[in-house]
Amino acid sequence: MAAISRETLLEWYRQMVLIRQFETQCDILYKEKKITGVYLHLYSGHEATGVGAVATLRPTDHVITAYRDHGIALARGMHPNVAMAEMMGKRTGCSGGKGGSMHLAQRDLNFWGGYAIVAGHLPLAAGIALESRYNGKDDVVLCFIGDGATNNGYFHEALNLSGVWDLPVVWLIENNGYGMGTPVEVASAQPELVKRAIGYGMKEGPRVDGQDVIAVYEAVSEAVDYARQHGPVLLESLTYRYKGHGVSDRSYDKMAELRDWQQRDPILILQRKLVEMFPDVEPELAQIERDVAKVVHDSVIFAEDSPVPTYEDLIRHVYVED
Amino acid sequence: MADKMLPMREALRMALREEMLRDERVFVMGEEVGAWQGTHRVTRGLMDEFGARRVRDTPISEMVIAGAAVGAAMAGLRPVAEMMTINFAFLAVDAIVNHAAKIHYMFNGQFRVPLVIRAASGWGDQATATHSHAPEPIFAHFPGLYVGCPATPRDAKGMLKAAIRDDNPVLFTESIALYGKPGPVPEDEDFVLPIGRSDVKREGRHVTIVTYARGVEWSLAAADQLAKEGIECEVIDLRWLRPLDMTLVYESFKKTNRCVVVEESLPRFSFGSEIAALIQDEMFDYMDAPVKRVSAMDVPLPYAREIELMALPNAQKVVDAVKEVL
Repeated sequence: MAAISRETLLEWYRQMVLIRQFETQCDILYKEKKITGVYLHLYSGHEATGVGAVATLRPTDHVITAYRDHGIALARGMHPNVAMAEMMGKRTGCSGGKGGSMHLAQRDLNFWGGYAIVAGHLPLAAGIALESRYNGKDDVVLCFIGDGATNNGYFHEALNLSGVWDLPVVWLIENNGYGMGTPVEVASAQPELVKRAIGYGMKEGPRVDGQDVIAVYEAVSEAVDYARQHGPVLLESLTYRYKGHGVSDRSYDKMAELRDWQQRDPILILQRKLVEMFPDVEPELAQIERDVAKVVHDSVIFAEDSPVPTYEDLIRHVYVED
Repeated sequence: MADKMLPMREALRMALREEMLRDERVFVMGEEVGAWQGTHRVTRGLMDEFGARRVRDTPISEMVIAGAAVGAAMAGLRPVAEMMTINFAFLAVDAIVNHAAKIHYMFNGQFRVPLVIRAASGWGDQATATHSHAPEPIFAHFPGLYVGCPATPRDAKGMLKAAIRDDNPVLFTESIALYGKPGPVPEDEDFVLPIGRSDVKREGRHVTIVTYARGVEWSLAAADQLAKEGIECEVIDLRWLRPLDMTLVYESFKKTNRCVVVEESLPRFSFGSEIAALIQDEMFDYMDAPVKRVSAMDVPLPYAREIELMALPNAQKVVDAVKEVL
C-alpha cells in the first residue's frame, strides 16, 4: 500500500478530533437538557474505526450504520450544524428533527442512515448493494455492525443472502466488547466474530486494531477492493466505547478497563505517529484542535438558534406526496 | 381492447409482466418465484422471459426478503417481493413496519421506498392454525404503509399495477381461495385502478355491507339470497385498508341507515371494529341499528374440516347478520 500523505493523515486527525469534541459536547448538552429524549449513544473511543473505514470509499459508494451513528455521519462529511440540530430536534436537522440522534442520514452523501433496531439495517445494506449489481455499477456498501447485532437473525439472513448473490458489501463489525451490557464472550458462542464469515462462504477479513486509524484504513481498503470486484467480505475492528452503551447506561462501572483502553486512545495513537513522522507538525495539530472547537461551538449556536418543527412537519412525509 | 376471462393468479401475472416490460427497475424476488414457477403459480414463466437478474429466487429468509427489498427500493429499484404466504410475513414485521413504513418519514423525506410486498393470505383447505391468517388489519394499523386486498381478477390487475407504480410501500395481499376463480380482466396495458378507491360491487337500498377481499364473495352470495326475499343489500368493497376510502360507505349508509361488516379475519381489534367505530363517529345521526360484524370465530383455526368450517364466516352468517340489523 502506498504511503499515506501528511495531508490525508491530518485530515483524519481533524475528523477524529471533530467526532470526539462533537460527542463530548453532546454529552454536556444532554446533561444540560438541551439534547433531550432517552437515547444518545456516543462514538467516543470508536473514532479510528469510523474515520479509517469511511476514508476508503468513493463518493458513489454507500455507508449505512446502526444507532451509534454521529461519528459515521461526520466522517462521511455531514456538516456538524445539521447533525447538532438533529440532536436538538430542530427543523434544520438532517432529518428535520424527526429522526433524532439515532436517525441521522444524508442522501446526497450516500449516507443511508443510522438505524435503531439492532441489525435491522443489514438487509437494507444488502438491498442497496443489489441495486449496484443490478445496474452493473461497481459501487460498494460499507455496513457498520455492532458486535451485539451479530447474534440477531437479521445478521444471519443478510450475510447469507449477500453470499449467495455475491453482493458488494463490506460488513464491518465494530466490536467494542459489549452488546448493551452483555460482554461478547457471554453473548457469542464463537467470540471471534469474524469467523462467522466461513458460514456464509464469504471472504474473511482480518480482526484489525480499531484504535489505529491507519490499520483500519488498510484493512478496509483491501476489503472494499475485494467487494468491488468479487463480493462480500466480513471483517472486525476491535475498539471500545468510552461513554457506555448510551447516556442511559447506569451500570457502566468499568473504570479500570476504560483506563486501559484510554492508554490506546485512537486520537493519541495518530498524534504520536504524526509527531514521529513529521517532527514539525505539533503547531498544526494544535491549530486543528482550535478550529474544530470553533466548528463544534458554532454547531451548538446554529442548533440553538434554529426553529423547532411545526404541525405541518408532524404530518408531512408519512407518504410520498407528489 | 376486450376483456379476457382469467383466474386471479393470471390477472396478477399479467400485471407483473406488463410492469416488468414497462419499467426496467421492476423486479421480482422471493421464495420459489423463479425456477419453481411460483408456489401459487403467479410468477409462472417470468424467469424464462426475464431471466435470473429480474426474477430472483431467495433463501427461506423472510426478514431479509423484506429488508433487502426496502434497501433496493431506497436505492431506486422497484422490487416486488413475494412472501409465499402472509403467515411468513410475521417474521418480517420489523422490516415492513419499522423500515418500509417509516423510513420516508423518519428521515424527513430523504428516501422513498417504492416497494410492493405481495403475500398470499387467508385460510386454505385445512392449512391449520399457523397457516390460516388474514391479518391485513394488523398491517393497516401503521401509517406509512398502503394495504391493498383485491376481491376480483380485474381489481387484482388494476390494483397491483397501481401499487407497483406508486412511490410508497404497499403490502398487497391475495386471497388464496380466490387465485383460481375466473373473472373478466382488461387486456389494456394502461388499465390501472387508483390506490385508495373503494368500489360498489352491488347496489341496494336496505342494508350496506362493507367488506374486502374474500368477504366480497360471501357478501355477494348473501345479497343474492336476500334479494329473493326482497331485501336489497349494497355491497361495498373497500379494496384498500390504507388509504381507507369511506366515502362510498357513508353515501350508502345515508340511504340504508344499516350496516354489516364482513371480514375473513378475527373479531377482536379488527377491520370490523374500525369500520363500526368510524360509522358511529361520522354517521350517528343516520343510524337505525347497531353495526353488526361477521368475522372468523375467536379461536386459532383447527385442522378437522368440520370444525374449521364452523369457525369461518360464510354467506349464511352474512344473511343472518343482515336480518339482525333490519
